[in-house]
Amino acid sequence: MPVVKTVELPLTRQEDVVAVRQRTRSLGVEIGLTIVDQTKIVTAASELARNTVIHGGGGKATIEIVKEASKQGLRLTFEDCGPGIPDLERAMQDGYTSGAGLGLGLGGSKRLCNDFAIESKVGKGTRVTIARWKA
Amino acid sequence: MGNTRLAEIIGRHERDLLAEWTRRQMDSFGTGRDRISETQLRGNSQDFLRALTEALLRNAGSDLRRQEWSSMKDLLGEISRQRATQGFTPSETAVFVFSFKQPLFTRIASEYPNDSEGFAAELWTATELLDELGLYTSEMYLKSREEVILRQQQEMLELSTPVVEVWEGVLALPLIGTLDSARTQIVMQNLLEAIVARGANLAIIDITGVPTVDTLVAQHLLKTVAAARLMGADCIISGIRPQIAQTIIHLGVDLSGVLTKATLADALQLALKKKNLTVARS
Ligand SMILES: Nc1ncnc2c1ncn2[C@@H]1O[C@H](COP(=O)(O)OP(=O)(O)O)[C@@H](O)[C@H]1O
Ligand SMILES: [Mg+2]
Repeated sequence: MPVVKTVELPLTRQEDVVAVRQRTRSLGVEIGLTIVDQTKIVTAASELARNTVIHGGGGKATIEIVKEASKQGLRLTFEDCGPGIPDLERAMQDGYTSGAGLGLGLGGSKRLCNDFAIESKVGKGTRVTIARWKA
Repeated sequence: MGNTRLAEIIGRHERDLLAEWTRRQMDSFGTGRDRISETQLRGNSQDFLRALTEALLRNAGSDLRRQEWSSMKDLLGEISRQRATQGFTPSETAVFVFSFKQPLFTRIASEYPNDSEGFAAELWTATELLDELGLYTSEMYLKSREEVILRQQQEMLELSTPVVEVWEGVLALPLIGTLDSARTQIVMQNLLEAIVARGANLAIIDITGVPTVDTLVAQHLLKTVAAARLMGADCIISGIRPQIAQTIIHLGVDLSGVLTKATLADALQLALKKKNLTVARS
């Protein structure tokens, strides 16, 4: 899949989550996503970025403008080398949290995006990739 | 070895070193002179020379981590902080140390008239040391800039969270900006305190100005509503724009137990109705 533009951002502190949201928003505007689609991908980005910081112990976000056939979209990847997720199915369930959250971040992000993929290995880390295509 | 020798040289030429160095600093500021007085510059320079000589006499070397340099570091930290608040740029601040090179090197040269090797060695010691001190000054400058910014942000946090009483017993809290991190805690605390202080039984939390409502923000809102309820006040959340309403649904956040309204005006109307008040055209 051709990548038109790539932005990498560190995710170590809470404030980094804000930067990821802002950058996602501005790239969404750049490719002409509707307000609703912008809001969806930015909200998903916020959830996953925070998971990377809080549960993954920090990592990075990669935001890309991607092209496929004649459509354009945003693809976001969140990676960390944290503890990993032992039971992915359970983690994806609405309401499950190992911390003090609402447990809706993973499931919610999946519903907010067109593509959603998660890989995780215990003791190695977690990678989540999402995409939102321009309607 | 070069250390105490350098101290001697500085001691012998102190007066004219000070004069030339101060003049150089004044010149380098050009039009920016009014930001700092010659007296302050001279004072800073005098303190610097004193701290420098002291450390050199104790053979402190050029490793600033050594304890002998601690009063010099305190001084440079203080000067950097002053300059940062006086609006100096990082390079204008570092000039303080670097402009001392030329006057000092001239004096060193005059002390080694026929000894080019001794001169080179002394020069090297002095350069290495002044570079370290200059770098340290820049670092301290950046650190104090960060502190200034952090403090301003903190002040903004407090300024930008007004709780207004829109009607007797009805409070409104217009939220603007990012709603996670430290800010939310403060905002929500303010609201709860205001509820008690004014004996309010209705509070409108308006989120028109909040760009993103994710699960953390939602959780903060839900917690605040629950806490307010325990204190006898009902909350109405207003300003939920269509796109935000959609994302909240997709996230699966349950706001069914919370009163919500699209606009602040709608929320106010509801609040008045709950107080059995009607607004009529006269
Ligand atoms: N990057 C990650 N590294 C490790 N564990 C994670 C990561 N992301 C999510 N998890 C796990 O999945 C759970 C569910 O995540 P989420 O749905 O976002 O809910 P919440 O963050 O509110 O707990 C988390 O509580 C955590 O145990
Ligand atoms: Mg989460």
